[in-house]
Amino acid sequence: MKSAVRKAAPGARAPRTARAALPRARPARAIAVATAILAAALLAGVAIGPAGLPLSMVARALASGLLPWHPGLGVPAIDAAIIWQIRLPRVVLGALVGAMLSAGGAAYQGVFRNPLADPYLLGVAAGGGLGATIVIVAGGSADLLPPAAFLGAAAAVAVTYVLGAGTPARRGPGSVGATASIVLAGVAVAALLTAVQTYLQQQHYQTLQEVYTWILGGLSLATWSDVLLILPYVIVAGVILIAHRRLLDVLRVGETEASSLGVDIARLRLTVVVAATLGTAAAVSVSGLIGFVGIIVPHTVRLTAGPSYRIVLPVSMIGGAAFLVLADIAARTVQAPAEVPIGVITALAGAPFFLIVLRSRRARQDLA
Amino acid sequence: MRIPTLLAGLAVLGLAAGCGSTQASNTSATAKATAGHAFPASVQAANGTVRVPARPTAIVSLSPTATEMLYAIGAGHQVKAVDADSDYPAQAPRTKLSGFDPNVEAIVAEKPDLVVAAGDTGGLTRKLAGFSIPVLDLPAPANLAGEYAEFAELGRATGHRAQAEHEVATVRSQIRQIVAAAPHHARPVTYYYELDQTYYSVTSGTFVGQLLGLLGMKSIADQASGAASSGGYPQLSAEYILRANPDYIILADTVCCHQDAATVAKRPGWSGLAAVKAGHIIALNDDIASRWGPRVTDLLRDVETGLTKGMTR
Repeated sequence: MKSAVRKAAPGARAPRTARAALPRARPARAIAVATAILAAALLAGVAIGPAGLPLSMVARALASGLLPWHPGLGVPAIDAAIIWQIRLPRVVLGALVGAMLSAGGAAYQGVFRNPLADPYLLGVAAGGGLGATIVIVAGGSADLLPPAAFLGAAAAVAVTYVLGAGTPARRGPGSVGATASIVLAGVAVAALLTAVQTYLQQQHYQTLQEVYTWILGGLSLATWSDVLLILPYVIVAGVILIAHRRLLDVLRVGETEASSLGVDIARLRLTVVVAATLGTAAAVSVSGLIGFVGIIVPHTVRLTAGPSYRIVLPVSMIGGAAFLVLADIAARTVQAPAEVPIGVITALAGAPFFLIVLRSRRARQDLA
Repeated sequence: MRIPTLLAGLAVLGLAAGCGSTQASNTSATAKATAGHAFPASVQAANGTVRVPARPTAIVSLSPTATEMLYAIGAGHQVKAVDADSDYPAQAPRTKLSGFDPNVEAIVAEKPDLVVAAGDTGGLTRKLAGFSIPVLDLPAPANLAGEYAEFAELGRATGHRAQAEHEVATVRSQIRQIVAAAPHHARPVTYYYELDQTYYSVTSGTFVGQLLGLLGMKSIADQASGAASSGGYPQLSAEYILRANPDYIILADTVCCHQDAATVAKRPGWSGLAAVKAGHIIALNDDIASRWGPRVTDLLRDVETGLTKGMTR
């Protein structure tokens, strides 16, 4: 990873002048609280499910699999499979996707200085949706869905970025003003791709249900191979985004100001967009389009723990993991054994939340 | 006499290719005899009593099931156009018409004298009434009796009453034979019936569930909490299915979603299921399984064959 600071030492650290401008932030306590919530969410996620296994059986099944000599402990094979092959991969995948969407949202809100920015801002959702739809209507194997969605998502953002950053609005190396044109290019690219996707979907209505299920997003078909598929992306993207937390803090004072403090805004933006896109595209490729997570979680963190990105980024990752695991518990228990699309749960929690954010005076000052 | 001969010939063709029914030639004679005084006909459909003024000769079918039924009762030669999903029998005049999202202008352009649909999508009946085109809404029935009634109404509407009655008798006797051939079990054989990869299933009370019930089978979806509110088509979950551990897995998503015994065995956690271990996986053709026409006997026979094989394994 290259430094986004023009003349500073290696590593993504703000120059001394900029660091001096930063207020103090104490992330340790917020991280501890979020971690405790995540631990509770993970345990609940494994313990709760439509099969209604007693807690003692869940504990025995976990112990049987975790202890190195794998004692049977009287766990029926079916129950062990329910815990280890169905619930655990689902809970872990939910945590990874939630962490990625939240961190992506937080980073986008910072780099685009826009409280409404979410990880899908630059066309990840529309591109991923189109990629998945093409595979489904062409009758391709389900194994092709994640790579197709990933490629579609990444390609959409690449097009957005090239078109947006290359418009005449770009002024000089600091490229103040390019931010708005990138966001607008994202809107246009997303609209175009969504139109194509909708057309394909309507032309092949036999597969409508399948496309619709994918678009709504969900974790019901999670497997360990999905987890392994996205884990490297989430780790790399997460590390890169968190490494830029200080620069994002500097950017909070304004693009011109940050530029004068020595932050290379164009490079910072590109790094954040590339990292967030790879991570979000990976998340979308296995879980479909789960909305609102990238907006609710970072804003909740800002309101409760403080606006510094030294807090918002790591705490959003942990809190986002917990939020999606909890939302998924609701998704699979409210109408068990049927599933409520998880996007419905996150949006149901999201819309009222927006109203609270909008009404909060503190939020008006601190967002972005 | 040229026309009746042609009609009878086409009826034989339709039946032979249509559903494998045999006694086509002798019943078409009866059809000719009754056709004269059967119109105007009053026909019962989901949209009420429909008056068919004269024997229709330009039928548009927007329902794959109705298309199969029309050909099975010897009315194939009266069919002018069928919707894009009516892929059986092969000689049905398939068009781009959509039964899913019917375009009234395109339907009227076919100048039909009878339209058959499964469901009154988008106010179809009301709109076509403006053109004085009779519409029969023949939706998915609740049970076999409902299917037989649809055969009878279609027979009345097209002037093939006797053939419709005969087709119903044929289906009935084939079902009796299949049920008699099925192996007997001391307790009900449980099954998970898969409609798609998100685990939508059927209860024993649905049309398909009642068919399988004739073979002494019982759906694991009956106990699901959404069984009633979903109209008998609840969504299950992988956990629920593993926990229920059914004797048989019946796949009705082999065409749409490329599922088979191998893909089911590969699903995480499913290899431990009794049905997977014993090879008790029955793959159905989605299209046959989702229609309630003459080929319900094919569906029943496929399941019966699977059960018989399962006994000997």
